[in-house]
Amino acid sequence: MADPKSLYQEVILDHNRKPRNYGALAQASHQAAGHNPLCGDHLSLALNLEGERIAAIAFQGESCAICKASASMMTASVKGKTRQDAETLIQEFRDMATGQIDVGKQAHHLGRLTVFSGVHDLPTRVKCAILPWHTLHAALHSVADISTESENDPMHAPIGDA
Amino acid sequence: MNMSQTALESHSGATLDVARIRADFPILKLRPGGKPLVYLDNAASSQMPQQVIDRLVRYQTSQHANIHRAVHTLSEIATAEYEEARRKLARFINAREEREVIFTSGTTEAINLVMHGFGRKFIGAGDEIILTTLEHHSNIVPWQMLAEEKGARIRVVPINDAGELLLDEFEKLFNERTSLVGVTHVSNALGSVNPVKQMIAFARARGVPVLVDGAQAAPHMKVDVQDLDCDFYAFSGHKLCGPTGIGILYGKAALLELMQPFKGGGDMILSVTFEKTTYNVIPQKFEAGTPPIAAAIGLGAAVDYLSAIGMGAIAAHERDLLDYATAQLQRMPGVRIVGTAANKAAVLSFALDGVHPHDVGTLLNQDGVAVRTGHHCAQPVMQRFKVPATSRASFAFYNTMAEVDALAAGIRNVQKVFS
Repeated sequence: MADPKSLYQEVILDHNRKPRNYGALAQASHQAAGHNPLCGDHLSLALNLEGERIAAIAFQGESCAICKASASMMTASVKGKTRQDAETLIQEFRDMATGQIDVGKQAHHLGRLTVFSGVHDLPTRVKCAILPWHTLHAALHSVADISTESENDPMHAPIGDA
Repeated sequence: MNMSQTALESHSGATLDVARIRADFPILKLRPGGKPLVYLDNAASSQMPQQVIDRLVRYQTSQHANIHRAVHTLSEIATAEYEEARRKLARFINAREEREVIFTSGTTEAINLVMHGFGRKFIGAGDEIILTTLEHHSNIVPWQMLAEEKGARIRVVPINDAGELLLDEFEKLFNERTSLVGVTHVSNALGSVNPVKQMIAFARARGVPVLVDGAQAAPHMKVDVQDLDCDFYAFSGHKLCGPTGIGILYGKAALLELMQPFKGGGDMILSVTFEKTTYNVIPQKFEAGTPPIAAAIGLGAAVDYLSAIGMGAIAAHERDLLDYATAQLQRMPGVRIVGTAANKAAVLSFALDGVHPHDVGTLLNQDGVAVRTGHHCAQPVMQRFKVPATSRASFAFYNTMAEVDALAAGIRNVQKVFS
């Protein structure tokens, strides 16, 4: 059985208490809203692409600590990175959360985001951690609204049973 | 006998030997993560005593065949045991006749049966269905589907800040187009016990049939459908120490006979030609196909088990658990109890300041405490209290005061982690 202590580490609690990049952007080139109807979590995400680079990013919403910390750490990770780098992180984060890669053994670019690796032992919480990343994916692909339970989530199918 | 025992017994009316009862439930011996399981998610599903497990095994190992079919001995035994289970359920709720008990897959299917069998035949454009804010989605969505199909209208009884139905508002909703009342006996999200007998009397005086969702009531109190005088009463087996995949719809015989079948198939017919099919009598008219025979027999064993303990004693012990848990949580800063009706079943919904219910649930689980977190399939209730979700501890007769203490300690730990 998973030890949730490994999930509720100080870094996650800290990002939950003091989320980074929290708020709205005055102008955004891309935005999306993410929603998990199963628990009511919702967040909106806005970013500015300058060329291929994410120059600014911000989020706000109501959610559990796992979702909020994931969103906070995600925005800190992708800010200043290219769209392609962000896509790589989205893929790797999803693979980590669903247990498809072992971050202890396989190469990745997740850095401190590996603090979320324990979530794959808690199937009911995987969607909490992934929601911000799916919302980022949707924003980068100009999908306005996604739901973890809806077909219009471009990444819905791979975690359908998560 | 010392004074405290006397006081306890006079308060409860009866005492349960909870230690002996717990020994009947093998799953309660589990130690998830090395800690004793504190199972407080009984409103979602209850656990099964060895007596019911044994009954399932005995049926499956020595009595199984299809029912109402063949002339061979096994089929006759299985049929007799299945019908005996129906008799047990009829006695359990004091139905006038056993044919008034229809086996369904659970409460949801029972309500859908009423929607298709009664609603689609007797409810039309402009007719009105009265529901309450406290309904589980399973007593909302079928009626929305019907309303959309027929052009009928849904009216909703509001609640007060304690989570109690406003009876005067209920009465004001009636008019000449009112065709059905659907009301939950006990709110799954808040535990409020609704004054269904009074509501039924009001509706029946106006010729309006009443469907009672008893999913959260039947496991916790004595239900007497003749005393209630309801037209329909539905509940599930798995919340009643029985198996999943089985439940019942009670309906008054005269009403069931007027209704159209819900599902077509074998067993629900008397004769079939391609020109005309003649439907079977009740209850078979509503039991198309091979039913979950083992589950029905298991449910029969479950109501035997509960009846032997006594629903009065069960209700009294659960009342003590609720009172103790409520007092504990009320004393804790940062804890808000959601649902404070004067008459409550042993359900305790709560919110912690600054902590999302999902985080509460995950951290309590770390201490071996199983609670439900989320909207409890009752989103209108959540909207009424302006919360996205709550954490919910729901008790059964096998829970102990020590488990309430474990819940309180677990909540204090959550608050410490998030402090």
